Amino acid sequence: MFKWLDPLAKPETLFHFCGKLTPWLMGSAIFTMLLGNIWGLGFTPTDYQQGDSYRIIHIHVPSAIMSMGAYMAMAIAAFTALVWQIKTAQWAVLAIAPIGAVYTAIALLTGMAWGKPMWGAWWVWDARLTSQLILLFLYFGVMALHGAFSDRQTGAKVASLLAVIGVINLPIIHFSVEWWNTLHQGATITKFGKPSIDPSMLWPLLISLLAYKLLLAALACYRLRTAILENEQHRPWVKQWVAKQ
Amino acid sequence: MVKFGVFLKRELRLLARQKSDWLNPVLFFVIVLTLFPLGVGPEPNMLRIIAPGIVWIAALLSVLLAAERLFKDDYRNGVIEQLVAARHTLLAFVLAKIASNWLSTGLPLILLAPVVALLFNMELPALQAMTLTLILGTPVLSLLSVLGAAITVSADKGGILLALLILPLYIPLLIFASAAIEAASMGLEYRGQLAVLLAIVLFSLALVPMAVCSALKINVS
Repeated sequence: MFKWLDPLAKPETLFHFCGKLTPWLMGSAIFTMLLGNIWGLGFTPTDYQQGDSYRIIHIHVPSAIMSMGAYMAMAIAAFTALVWQIKTAQWAVLAIAPIGAVYTAIALLTGMAWGKPMWGAWWVWDARLTSQLILLFLYFGVMALHGAFSDRQTGAKVASLLAVIGVINLPIIHFSVEWWNTLHQGATITKFGKPSIDPSMLWPLLISLLAYKLLLAALACYRLRTAILENEQHRPWVKQWVAKQ
Repeated sequence: MVKFGVFLKRELRLLARQKSDWLNPVLFFVIVLTLFPLGVGPEPNMLRIIAPGIVWIAALLSVLLAAERLFKDDYRNGVIEQLVAARHTLLAFVLAKIASNWLSTGLPLILLAPVVALLFNMELPALQAMTLTLILGTPVLSLLSVLGAAITVSADKGGILLALLILPLYIPLLIFASAAIEAASMGLEYRGQLAVLLAIVLFSLALVPMAVCSALKINVS
């Protein structure tokens, strides 16, 4: 696997690799997003208890799961950057951070919109909500740290370190619904055994989840390409590539 | 261990010479506490209800106040660079920093607990719970603020950034500590919350010193 991964540490190779991936990822993300949302929002049966308002699940759950997935991806990139001192991994951390922050914000906002009719309040200080809010702060912290140093290299490394430290929050978010008696419901699809959701609602949800994952990958590739161009602008290969455009 | 002793003695001597470094946070703690009755109103029952949260928030802020200067001088005069170059002494230095930070900011808060209980009309069980949570929780405050100080030591605008980074990490501590005091003031069992606090202390004691070392290394490289 390392034989295959190693050449990608070189900015130029990675740039072209991401360039090839981005259109495919973006295309399939748009396709699955349309499919999942139209199916989920338009054609799934109405819930017997929550009526039609439960349909926000098709935005809320995928964005919440992938906000954690994005953090994990960012932390793995950060760990790679710190241990093996790979510059492209550092750029990947900063490429993923804003996307993850937006996903987290979407999850929080849709959760609030869902909480208002169901729980009667926009916000409750429940363990799941609080830990998700901390996740948002962690994303902000990573981004703020990066900009706070006059030396870019130090900033990127320190931001990576914070990203790795913040991983502690992920199990807290995941298990918060089991460790505390929360208003937020327990795990529905990410548990062993039979999911406690009807297949007719589960399938569009899984497709939406895939869509958010693909969109994350596509945007991350796109941002990573931009970061590579920015950081390598003085290199001959960049000048050649720009001349060809 | 010998090195730890040497470093600790050095830190304590520095603290003894610069009394404002540890006196100001303690004074800040007391002043923040006196602001709340003025702002919320002097109703004794109300104060008793909000006391746990207030005490802990004041503790968080005062520890944060002391955190910014923790590594600044050592960074400027090159001590940290020498220690990083010497490799194996860095961990002892970090542990001594954490210990001296706790002795200068955490310990005074624990000693002040009875006074705070008097100010807020807290009863004996609540006072006991508050003292226990402070004993278990203040080491975590020191550990995390040392971590924050190490991360931001060479940053241009360290102070406010430090607060933004570290305050979110304090949240679990705040939740369990004030839950324990609240349970105690209602006469309920609170050993569960204390056990979680103990787990947090041990966990962060195991991992934070290493993270501090690598943060210092990144900042001087």
